[in-house]
Amino acid sequence: MTDATQSGPMLAADGTPLKKSLARSLRRRKLRALALIAPLLLFVLLSFVIPIVSMLFRSVENGIVAETLPLTVVELKNWDAESGELPDEALYAAFTKDMVVAIDEKTHTRLGSRLNYEQTGMSSMFRRSGRQIKKLDPETDGPFKDKLIDIHDGWGDIETWRTIKTHAVPITNGYFLNAIDMRRTPEGAQAQPEDKQILIKLFGRTLMMSLIITASCILLAYPVSYLLATLPMRVSNLLMILVLLPFWTSLLVRTSAWKVMLQQQGVINETLVWLGLVADDARLVIINNQFGTIIAMTHILLPFMILPMYSVMQTIPPSYTRAAKSMGATNWTTFWRIYFPQSIPGIGAGSILVFILAIGYYITPEIVGGTKGVFISNRIAYHISSSLNWGLAAALGTILLAVVLLLYWCYDKIVGIDNVKLG
Amino acid sequence: MKVKTTLMASAIAAVAGGAMAEEMTIVSWGGAYSKSQLKAYHEPYSEKTGVTILNDDSSAEAVAKLRAMNEAGNITWDVVDVVAADAIRLCDEGLAMEIDPDVHLAAAPDGTSAADDFGDLLVSDCFIPQIVYSTTFGYRTDLVGDTPPTDVCAVFDLEAYPGKRSLEKRPINNMEWALICDGVAKDDVYDVLATAEGQDQALAKLDTIKDSVVWWSAGADTPQLLADGEVIMGSTYNGRLFSVIEEQKQPVAMLWDAQVFDLDGWIIPAGLSEERTQRALDYIMFATDTQRLADQAKYISYGPARASSAPLVGQHADLGIDMAPHMPTDPENAKNTFLYNYEFWADYRDDIDAKFQAWLAQ
Repeated sequence: MTDATQSGPMLAADGTPLKKSLARSLRRRKLRALALIAPLLLFVLLSFVIPIVSMLFRSVENGIVAETLPLTVVELKNWDAESGELPDEALYAAFTKDMVVAIDEKTHTRLGSRLNYEQTGMSSMFRRSGRQIKKLDPETDGPFKDKLIDIHDGWGDIETWRTIKTHAVPITNGYFLNAIDMRRTPEGAQAQPEDKQILIKLFGRTLMMSLIITASCILLAYPVSYLLATLPMRVSNLLMILVLLPFWTSLLVRTSAWKVMLQQQGVINETLVWLGLVADDARLVIINNQFGTIIAMTHILLPFMILPMYSVMQTIPPSYTRAAKSMGATNWTTFWRIYFPQSIPGIGAGSILVFILAIGYYITPEIVGGTKGVFISNRIAYHISSSLNWGLAAALGTILLAVVLLLYWCYDKIVGIDNVKLG
Repeated sequence: MKVKTTLMASAIAAVAGGAMAEEMTIVSWGGAYSKSQLKAYHEPYSEKTGVTILNDDSSAEAVAKLRAMNEAGNITWDVVDVVAADAIRLCDEGLAMEIDPDVHLAAAPDGTSAADDFGDLLVSDCFIPQIVYSTTFGYRTDLVGDTPPTDVCAVFDLEAYPGKRSLEKRPINNMEWALICDGVAKDDVYDVLATAEGQDQALAKLDTIKDSVVWWSAGADTPQLLADGEVIMGSTYNGRLFSVIEEQKQPVAMLWDAQVFDLDGWIIPAGLSEERTQRALDYIMFATDTQRLADQAKYISYGPARASSAPLVGQHADLGIDMAPHMPTDPENAKNTFLYNYEFWADYRDDIDAKFQAWLAQ
């Protein structure tokens, strides 16, 4: 008790000032908490953040030209691309030297594939020329200009050198330009020819259809969740199983089942024809188009809407609606003024979940979407696995991510993210 | 003490034994195709050498995955089955090992060198051909009336053959067929297709049937669409049609006209350790010899890539029917054929694909 009567700072049992001791114990607690979540944090960092960032970096990274043809790139700086004349012998000699090294390391074909994204024909030009240039000795076999043009007349085309010069930068905006239907040219950014413009259209379609799917999920999920939340436990449990059963079924199985249902010789059309509602030669086209994608994806994503809605509705006390009714409100007023506002957080959570899942969907649109019901993710998949144009795929992915974040921000401004509840 | 030594000894033995039980991972397409390789190559090879073979059905994404593995510096595959176009791409990217056919592949029984035996089918320095398959059309015999189609241009003839047809959702093959049916001579097809006007011409021809086309992306789509009567004709791989016709007994027939030959075969990833490379080469030497290639044709209707294997093709292992008439290379079927132009498509694929997809989306 002597401490209490002393003047000066209050001391803990071991004699240190209480303030310091408290701060230390708080810090220790924080460290302990951090240590507890460290495995998860590390896991997320290593398996999620780093790969994504490195993938996104590919959308601007373009070291390959300067790495494969270092001497040529230096020489190209002295060449005026607008002069309308072929580069001089010094450049051809530098190019031969670079190529001999590149062929030895087998990187010239890789550069050919890279440049082929920009100018069709580069791939075979590098591959074919490689076999001939290999035989040249850069020290003694000069001059090279005519020899190279002899090997492939592409080397005598000014466009070839303009393309190489344009894309010799280590950090490029070319992929992002491609991703919005433009391209990098010696004259600056230009629009792609009209018959190759498709990506902006696909972005727009992806957003539009994801919105439609989210809206139809809200319409279908609301009454179901309401029933689930208000029916007696025994019945609602049974209903819940009906909701969860498809949720647990494989995505591919459900998508294929929709194919069986919707195709022209499918269950729905057969039934309609049998009932005489539809003529046999005028069967409905409800698959391999946008309609098919919307139906299948609405069904597949429905549980992601129902579950958050249900858990929010369950927490709305029935006494509120009873109170409203006892004060003379009609059924509609009770619902619209009392019940609905309280269920909005559920709608908000479900909508975000469904919309973000829908925007990145790939396999379902691929199977039931035909040509008009495919999303931007189908193009990303093509560039990742078929064309190997990972730079463009990364640029498309970055844009998609930015769009989602932007929409999320708007959503936060309009609805408020605090209004979102998962239960 | 004694117990401890025994334990340690057995632990060491177990570790050594683990290292000796050799394993290799072979990547292929899955389904009936992998099964045919299992029967014809893997099982006899395991029996002969004791090497355990693990299957990975990832060929469809092989190029992208190999590139990712290469960048990560951890290649887990030993031998990979890919189509020739992918092999060329992998070779260009430096992801596949170069092969010397006369050193790494077995000569034919009559002494013909491997390079001569495979002949023109060695389309890339890294590619070891295995089978010849074709992309061709099948049609519903009960839906085409009294005059079954004999010409590929029936696909573009909506008057004689009304109904839906299925085509692959990519420009390759479709553009060629469109040009041929628009009056371009077979030898000029790629010259025409290399020009913007030629590409527009092909798309314009495809435009005439666009509303009647179901576009497929998986090889199993057309067989399903034909079996359900969703389409009256459609393109797919000949082996898929064989299975619809002979194994499932559906009312479907082959339209071999203007079939497009393509090749499928092996590559060995670049950057394997010396030991694994040797093992992979040993497997390749075994699995691509004359008898083994002929054996595979017992299980699936794809033609062996060696000239010397063709006379050895026998009967289907389960159905007991002669396989020769079902081979795309059979003279009766191969009256009018195309060979996939690898060089052209390696150059033009991205350009034409962009146009094709934009046209599809219109």
